Amino acid sequence: MGAIYVDSSVNRAKINLDECVECGACSRMSNETLNPHLVRSVRSLAKIFRFRFEPEPDVCPTSAFVIDDLPYPRIVRRIFSDPLIEHTSTGIKGRGTEEVKTNDVAHRVSVGEVGYVIEFGRPGVGVRFHHIQTMTMALAKLGVHFEGKNPITHLMVDRSRGTLKEDLLHEKILSAIVELKTTTEEVPAILETVEKVSKTIDTVVALGVSTRCDQTGNDPVLAPLLDDLGYDSERAKTNLGLGRVTNTRNGEGNISDEHSASVR
Amino acid sequence: MTNTLHRYGKAAGFEDDYILFAIPCKGKNDEEAVKRLKEFLEICARHHPVNMGNSTSGAYRPSQELHPTIHWSRNTKADYNGVIAAVEKIGTVAAVFSTRKKAEECLADLIEADLGLSINMSTSVEGAHRAAENCGIHRHSVEYSLGFLDPHDHLPNSQVLELSTMCGHGMVSFNLARKMLDMVREGRRTTDQAVATLARFCPCGVYNPERAKRLLEESRKRQA
Ligand code: SF4
Repeated sequence: MGAIYVDSSVNRAKINLDECVECGACSRMSNETLNPHLVRSVRSLAKIFRFRFEPEPDVCPTSAFVIDDLPYPRIVRRIFSDPLIEHTSTGIKGRGTEEVKTNDVAHRVSVGEVGYVIEFGRPGVGVRFHHIQTMTMALAKLGVHFEGKNPITHLMVDRSRGTLKEDLLHEKILSAIVELKTTTEEVPAILETVEKVSKTIDTVVALGVSTRCDQTGNDPVLAPLLDDLGYDSERAKTNLGLGRVTNTRNGEGNISDEHSASVR
Repeated sequence: MTNTLHRYGKAAGFEDDYILFAIPCKGKNDEEAVKRLKEFLEICARHHPVNMGNSTSGAYRPSQELHPTIHWSRNTKADYNGVIAAVEKIGTVAAVFSTRKKAEECLADLIEADLGLSINMSTSVEGAHRAAENCGIHRHSVEYSLGFLDPHDHLPNSQVLELSTMCGHGMVSFNLARKMLDMVREGRRTTDQAVATLARFCPCGVYNPERAKRLLEESRKRQA
């Protein structure tokens, strides 16, 4: 995010809190517990002689990073940015979903259907919720059905209009996913809308589309369609179909994305 | 978050990048799943992965309270046993392989073990299709990456993107990737040291140090 900078007026590193998405990467890096006065003195001396000690790039010499307790709405930044956070008390149900990763067991996307994973802010740019809302409102106008078990859907105040909670709109996060499902026929209209709206929002969008393969493990529908639409799908996540129901206690219809460790 | 789907690069550039991951589905196959997740990782560890992870830590990890001598003697080795031992909760576990052969051999053992968990492969579309065929199974579902839409030119050059997008959660920043490219080009770090630094930021253990090493080597030669 480029949130950490040296404030030359006080000669100290600071974090730009408006840009910081609370991802926690800085606080997790390796550290030493050296005396800050000693470290600053050595650095000042080195500066005078125009040389620079080249330490390990991922070691904080003074263990300077401390994770703050965050109030709402800022806590939402952490929920959507820190991959290690657990968020049982926030009321927001997870940051990721199972998508087609468990489709062999959960049957989320069937033959003839297409799932979309529209991810904002990634890689490395970040996004504010009002940018996401611009997209969800445009998609809602197409009459799409937003995936119910998705964290962004949980933040919607009106799913039919795609509007998000107002007090979150200016919060910045590392990334978030909007998920929906349509028929194959609707693919061109959805992708066209996503491309068009992405031009109006100041972030990056990563796009994923999924489908169920046929009995022979082939995809005779979506792959050729994407090809026709000019998309280059070089990489994929492939569910190999080895999952099955093994639970003896829980019955059917109890599928949830609320794993005790978040779904990644 | 789709942490392995959107790696930047062309299909040919994923010849050394095969990720196998297992995920339980709550209410369907999550009873006693921790045991089976560990078993998944144990099987993977036998096939010489280049990284492994359990959703909270990878085989390359940061360390606390280091001694200053660390700047001259840093460990750059992977710790697979630590990853397996630390699986305590239901979540996703993953292993990264640098050849399709190793990934296929591992997949064959996983099919044999019949863990009941959903198992996915993240690599090129073709690579996963062939791996499934060679192991005698059919693909169930596919999620295609259609890449990035960046009409406002936020993204850096392809070398930085290839290195940083290997942590799909965005924990390997563009600036860190740039720094490692520079340090290797200028001979200030070896490729082994640089990739260990990059991989330590990826808490899911899906960063591919072998591919990163190749990319760093290529970038050094491109400069020459
Ligand atoms: S929490 Fe993340 S965004 Fe904020 S300063 Fe640390 S690394 Fe940067």
